[in-house]
Amino acid sequence: MSNVIDPTRLTKKDFETDQDVRWCPGCGDYSILANVQKVMPELGILPENMVWVSGIGCSSRFPYYMNTYGFHTIHGRAPAFATGIKIANPELSVWMATGDGDGLSIGGNQLMHCLRRNVDIKILLFNNRIYGLTKGQYSPTSEFGKVTKSTPYGSADQPLDPASFALGANASFVARSIDTEAAHLSDVLRRAARHSGSAFLEIYQNCNVFNDGAFDSFREKDVRAERTIRVEHGKPLLFGANNDKGLVLNTKTFALEVREVGPNGVKPEDVLVHDETNPMLAYMLSKMPYPEFPVALGVLFAVLKPTYDGTLREQKAAAKAKAGKGDLQKLLRGGATWEI
Amino acid sequence: MASSQIVPTPQTPSQQVVRAAVVRFVGDSGDGMQITGDQFTVAAALARNDLATFPDFPAEIRAPAGTTYGVSGFQIHFAADHVYTPGDAPDVLVAMNPAALKTNLRDLKKGGILIVNSGAFNAANLKKAGYGEKNPLEDGSLEGYALLSIDITKQTQNAVKDSGLSNKEANRCKNFWTLGLMFWIYARPLEPTIQYIEQKYGKRAELVQANIAALKAGHAYGETTEVFQNRYQVPPAPVEPGVYRNISGNAATALGLVAAAELANREMVLGAYPITPASDVLHELSKLKSFGVTTVQAEDEIAAVCAAIGASYAGNLGVTTTSGPGMALKTEAIGLAIAVELPLVIIDVQRGGPSTGLPTKTEQADLLQAVYGRNSEAPLCVLSASTPGECFYMAIEAVRLAVSYMTPVILLTDGYLANGAEPWKIPNVADLPKIELKFRTDPVGFHPFVRDEKTLARAWAIPGTPGLVHRIGGLEKDYDSGHISYAPENHERMCRVRAAKIAGIAEDVPEQAIEVGNESGKLLVLGWGSTYGAIREAVERSRARGLDVSHAHVRYLNPFPKNLGDLLRRFDRVLVPELNLGQLVKMIRSQYLIPAESLPKVQGKPFRIEELEDKIRKMLES
Repeated sequence: MSNVIDPTRLTKKDFETDQDVRWCPGCGDYSILANVQKVMPELGILPENMVWVSGIGCSSRFPYYMNTYGFHTIHGRAPAFATGIKIANPELSVWMATGDGDGLSIGGNQLMHCLRRNVDIKILLFNNRIYGLTKGQYSPTSEFGKVTKSTPYGSADQPLDPASFALGANASFVARSIDTEAAHLSDVLRRAARHSGSAFLEIYQNCNVFNDGAFDSFREKDVRAERTIRVEHGKPLLFGANNDKGLVLNTKTFALEVREVGPNGVKPEDVLVHDETNPMLAYMLSKMPYPEFPVALGVLFAVLKPTYDGTLREQKAAAKAKAGKGDLQKLLRGGATWEI
Repeated sequence: MASSQIVPTPQTPSQQVVRAAVVRFVGDSGDGMQITGDQFTVAAALARNDLATFPDFPAEIRAPAGTTYGVSGFQIHFAADHVYTPGDAPDVLVAMNPAALKTNLRDLKKGGILIVNSGAFNAANLKKAGYGEKNPLEDGSLEGYALLSIDITKQTQNAVKDSGLSNKEANRCKNFWTLGLMFWIYARPLEPTIQYIEQKYGKRAELVQANIAALKAGHAYGETTEVFQNRYQVPPAPVEPGVYRNISGNAATALGLVAAAELANREMVLGAYPITPASDVLHELSKLKSFGVTTVQAEDEIAAVCAAIGASYAGNLGVTTTSGPGMALKTEAIGLAIAVELPLVIIDVQRGGPSTGLPTKTEQADLLQAVYGRNSEAPLCVLSASTPGECFYMAIEAVRLAVSYMTPVILLTDGYLANGAEPWKIPNVADLPKIELKFRTDPVGFHPFVRDEKTLARAWAIPGTPGLVHRIGGLEKDYDSGHISYAPENHERMCRVRAAKIAGIAEDVPEQAIEVGNESGKLLVLGWGSTYGAIREAVERSRARGLDVSHAHVRYLNPFPKNLGDLLRRFDRVLVPELNLGQLVKMIRSQYLIPAESLPKVQGKPFRIEELEDKIRKMLES
């Protein structure tokens, strides 16, 4: 029984359910699930004190496969349910699984406001740049001109970038990773878990049925080093198989540039050093055009600020401390009264 | 019985005793008519009259001055007998400008007292009000009313000229001048209002001084001029002993919710998005953090209800407040709460629709939406409140049923109840019954949809409980295990058990009673919600004239009280007056197969007692 589990001795098994996982064979969701189930035991949180909340879509089936409390809600609104849960019981560790359709299309509003309020929940957005569960329509992150079942002439929509969106919404933690990179994903998950406030983690996730290979051009082993950059706080923004390319700020154009580092290029000290507390840098990293620039992965932005639930909790405690626990009879008698 | 007629009783020549009076204050939205009305109400309450009030304000915040759509009003009915409504036609109309006169004169009783601020009847205002070149104060069109044309603007300016206020600020004191005059007419003391002014403007001594000066000057004007032949006195009403306060429906709803949280010993989370006329419930509850109330002003109506459901899932009382357009937006989430069987209280303060409709006007047209308006088979419990004070008790009842049956409960109030006010006997908290509420903790035999045999409510197992880790969601669940199931027979079984659970609530609510009249007879007037006062008064008056008519008022709209069908069948005819095009009547006909007749009205206004009386008379004469 779970009430005899020692929180320091949890294992992956403690977070696995007996339910059949119903994602398509080969779906990127499997590796994300495995990674989450691997990292969760390290957090020292009993499964019964954890809640996974989701909306609608392939990614939103996630809670059914986690042996924690779980709430599979309605399309796009998971952030609002998660907010209510966290307010009602701040002791719970609240996690959310969403997708590019659920989180950015129908649920763009809820996601934006959850991030700006800085509700203390951890949000994993599985970005496969397609609608999977409804069988293959384009999503808000699909590239311009994408031919899908609902856009036989190509999509006329301009896509948005999830990490840029989160930064624009004043999220306090924004990170990116890839479904197939277990070690990197685990590291970023740990960082997200430790963050106090809304932690937004975009995970590039391959939909092998409706959008197969969407990220191959930068996630495959042979191109990975040249086409991605792993950002780490306090470390120079270097990439390339030989770490011989770097990001430099052109102060005249106020734009990033990719430059060779070494005798034929810029000096190592000219390369920008990642500062995850700098929102402008984070935004520029999130918006780098591909393939002219590498795709930035890792923790783009992380700062501490008051959480929504924490502030409400403090206000409630302060009100009780000041006025004492509310006296209902006195409240009912409030204002002008008269006796007959 | 209350009658809003001024019945002169011989006393001193200058002071007449009347049993009841209806007064309406109307002016520009910036003229302070609501404050005037509130203060006049307090004075009536302190004089122990029974009373009912109704403010009528424009949808625009500050409509251009002098326009007809910027007119704001406040009506009060006060009496020496029991009062059920804010009254049909005013005995006294106080109009602060031409637009106010133009839009309200038709309601004034023939021969009624008409007090106008002649200072505002200039060419510009007359034109804006649509009078053109004609001034109604001069063209004889107001003959037939007891017209008192006073330049209140000038009188006020004179009264406050020593205060050092700007002209604009001085003009804003004219509502207190008017109030002073009305206090003289109805022989009310000035002290409570003086105290109010001191409290409200305490930080600005010159405003305190000026407003008090205006109040006293208005009073003195009544005393010293001889334009008034009469003063009126309304004796105290025989009211049940107790401590009273004046309460609006929205305030009563908020207090009821807080009381319910205390009675259930749970904290409450209100998710709300500002919407007229429901916002005051949010305002009231947002002050009450020391009572364990957390309010979330959400980004939209959807997030508001979702946050409330999330809070319920985690073991708090989840509540959301809204009005028609917001109800429409919340629909999908309410369906989820039905599917996952979580408690949720939804307060719908109805207003005129469809769409944005008449935001500040009242209507009862969300009934079918509340009972039927969701995709698929989605039953829930629907309640209504009949008077402002009753909102308190029905809010408690909504919480009780929501947690006892693990279901969303919709409480229908409306703009008329929300903003209308009545004296309310303050209950003794110790006398209010506790709300029993249990969380599941026992893992033996647990699954999330294991049900209580009697209520059919599923177990409420909240996150953080050891041994009960489980998943719920909008996908259909297996009756016996709570796992996802698409099995055809299981789906029907789940639909039926959800329906049976709601139907079973009828066993747990009071039987339908007759409000006024016999238990059987020729005609039953069946109402619901805020039409209570008008129906009751109309039925009482009709019975006093010897007509065989009774009144029943439904508070439980889904499910209906279990005896309702039998009760209806004991009458030859059933009349259902509603502020919609016939919604309860549809439900009554379809459920009981009786030819109930409809009296619909959708004008954004409540029924007048007279129109109900007329209908009753016609039905019983035909």
